[in-house]
Amino acid sequence: MYVKIGKKRYSVADIAFNVFNFLIMTFLIISTLYPFLNTLAVSFNDGIDALRGGIRLWPRMFTLQNYKTVFVGGTIFNAFLVSVARTILAAAINVFLTAMMGYCLSRKEYVLNKFITVVFVLTMYFNAGLIPNYLLIKKLGLLNSFWVYIIPGMISAFNVIVVRTYINTIPESLVESARIDGAGDFKIFIRIIFPLAKPALAVVGMFTIIYQWNSWFDTYLYAPSKQELSTLQYELQKLLASSFSQSSAQRATSATAGQMASSLVTPVTLQAAITIIAMVPILCVYPLLQKYFIAGLNVGGVKE
Amino acid sequence: MQDSSLSTGISDTMVVKKSARRKKWEKIKSQRQLMLMSVPLLIYIIIFHYIPLYGWLMAFQRYRPSPTATIFNQEWVGLEQFKFLFKGANFGRVLRNTVAMSLINLVLSFVTAIALALLLNEIKNLFVKKVVQTISYLPYFLSWVIAATMVSQALLNNGIVNEILLALRIIDQPKLWLAEGKHFWTIFGVANVWKNVGFNAIVYLGAMAAIDPHLYEAAEIDGAGRFKKMRYITLPGIKSTFMVLLIMNVAHLLSAGTGGSGFEFQLLLQRPGNIAWSETIDVFAIRYGIRQSNFSLATAAGMFKTVVSIFLVFSVNAIAKKLGEERLI
Repeated sequence: MYVKIGKKRYSVADIAFNVFNFLIMTFLIISTLYPFLNTLAVSFNDGIDALRGGIRLWPRMFTLQNYKTVFVGGTIFNAFLVSVARTILAAAINVFLTAMMGYCLSRKEYVLNKFITVVFVLTMYFNAGLIPNYLLIKKLGLLNSFWVYIIPGMISAFNVIVVRTYINTIPESLVESARIDGAGDFKIFIRIIFPLAKPALAVVGMFTIIYQWNSWFDTYLYAPSKQELSTLQYELQKLLASSFSQSSAQRATSATAGQMASSLVTPVTLQAAITIIAMVPILCVYPLLQKYFIAGLNVGGVKE
Repeated sequence: MQDSSLSTGISDTMVVKKSARRKKWEKIKSQRQLMLMSVPLLIYIIIFHYIPLYGWLMAFQRYRPSPTATIFNQEWVGLEQFKFLFKGANFGRVLRNTVAMSLINLVLSFVTAIALALLLNEIKNLFVKKVVQTISYLPYFLSWVIAATMVSQALLNNGIVNEILLALRIIDQPKLWLAEGKHFWTIFGVANVWKNVGFNAIVYLGAMAAIDPHLYEAAEIDGAGRFKKMRYITLPGIKSTFMVLLIMNVAHLLSAGTGGSGFEFQLLLQRPGNIAWSETIDVFAIRYGIRQSNFSLATAAGMFKTVVSIFLVFSVNAIAKKLGEERLI
């Protein structure tokens, strides 16, 4: 069966499929975007008014109070700063160390190459588990310390393998000619490999940024009551957990409650404002993500 | 005569050995910068990934946390923790929840990702395709805390889900979805699809893009329509990608979620009303280990999980190898 539209002939099944596809994609886009737009609307709404519910895509009583509460200083702003600090620091450290290890493992003549590779790769398959790791962190004196966010995750086997694979595609002649000019391995790494491995390192950096920015469980585990080490995600987690308990609308953690008393902010609207702020960095790296990460992933898929 | 030839033989090999050793020594010396760069990181990895393994000994003890407690001054109890774990009325339920949610996630994520990739692949307008795809994987990059917050907002008494279901007359009064345990698996499945489907589809789209376009042209000449091409070219074309991902994911069967961190959703949305359906091995370990300081039981649970996962990795790998050789040709 065919239908004629303009000059072209379409089969009925084809048209039916296109309509079906259009509907599915529309549903997908709406169900993906709605929660974000709704959160955005709630974050700009008056706190008490929001408790009535029924806010959809547009604030009913517009206010900037929720964001003011976050940025006026105090605990949540501090959590924001901690989140930013851990993310930037960890990303820089991860990128540098991963590149360095990736370079070492790309040297085929290196005598420890095989051994180190095996030791690293094995870590992808097992994990000592929650409590043994906790005891290690405790023993190292990292409990209730900012460094607990940085030190346990400075390098990962998966990233090293990705970077090594990329470095292997860089022409060996570049390294050789530098060596003839008298450059040592460290100099070759810094001057030649590090700049050339940028696409792979961008992927590592973004992986780390996303992982660090999104973490809450390490705070929950290693510094749960140290308010000055709290992160944005952990504040959100506390708000979510407190919304489970009775009289959800009134109660939040004691620290945030103090800030809210002075304004018409409720946990629901505060939660929305923090959620929006917590999404901003991800949305900022999103275009870069598309450029490097998605391409890298496709390469990885082919490789596997 | 015999003696002398023997001795020269020995001295010969000694000379060879000596020069070989010197050569090796020189090689090592020339690589000292590489060693300076890599050995500290090797030690770091050993400290943070291998040394904690000795903590598994706790599973065979009755560890009492105290300021002076070390692993070497505890009471040894053999397999008692494991016996307690497996005999406890809770553990059967915990295991059921873990495996059930893992399977739900496994099946749903494969079906939806492949379906989305197929549908996206059929969009001929590249701009539209790109926009839809870009939106679809946005939730993947947000934390589970944010996702769980959105889920709990949507499921409120006056939330969007109740409102839509009321409007469609599927329910006649608002429900507290998270307070009723039996809905937890459904919520888990839907939330996982919402968060991950776009991202999971990327790999398949990559595999589809790698299919030789001549195959489609040849099929068209033979009179194949859109559905025939999907069935006989696109789907077989992504089969090897599918197999690799399947193997990787089966290994996470006891994680109840994507990747190794599948406890987040359950931990974040667990409430008194749904514990019977939301408690997984990881959440169980967190509850006993952190909240009740029962380190030994939590370690035993974690150890059980790791051992089963490693067993799964190796057996699935072995099966795939057997099947793979025939299929890859």
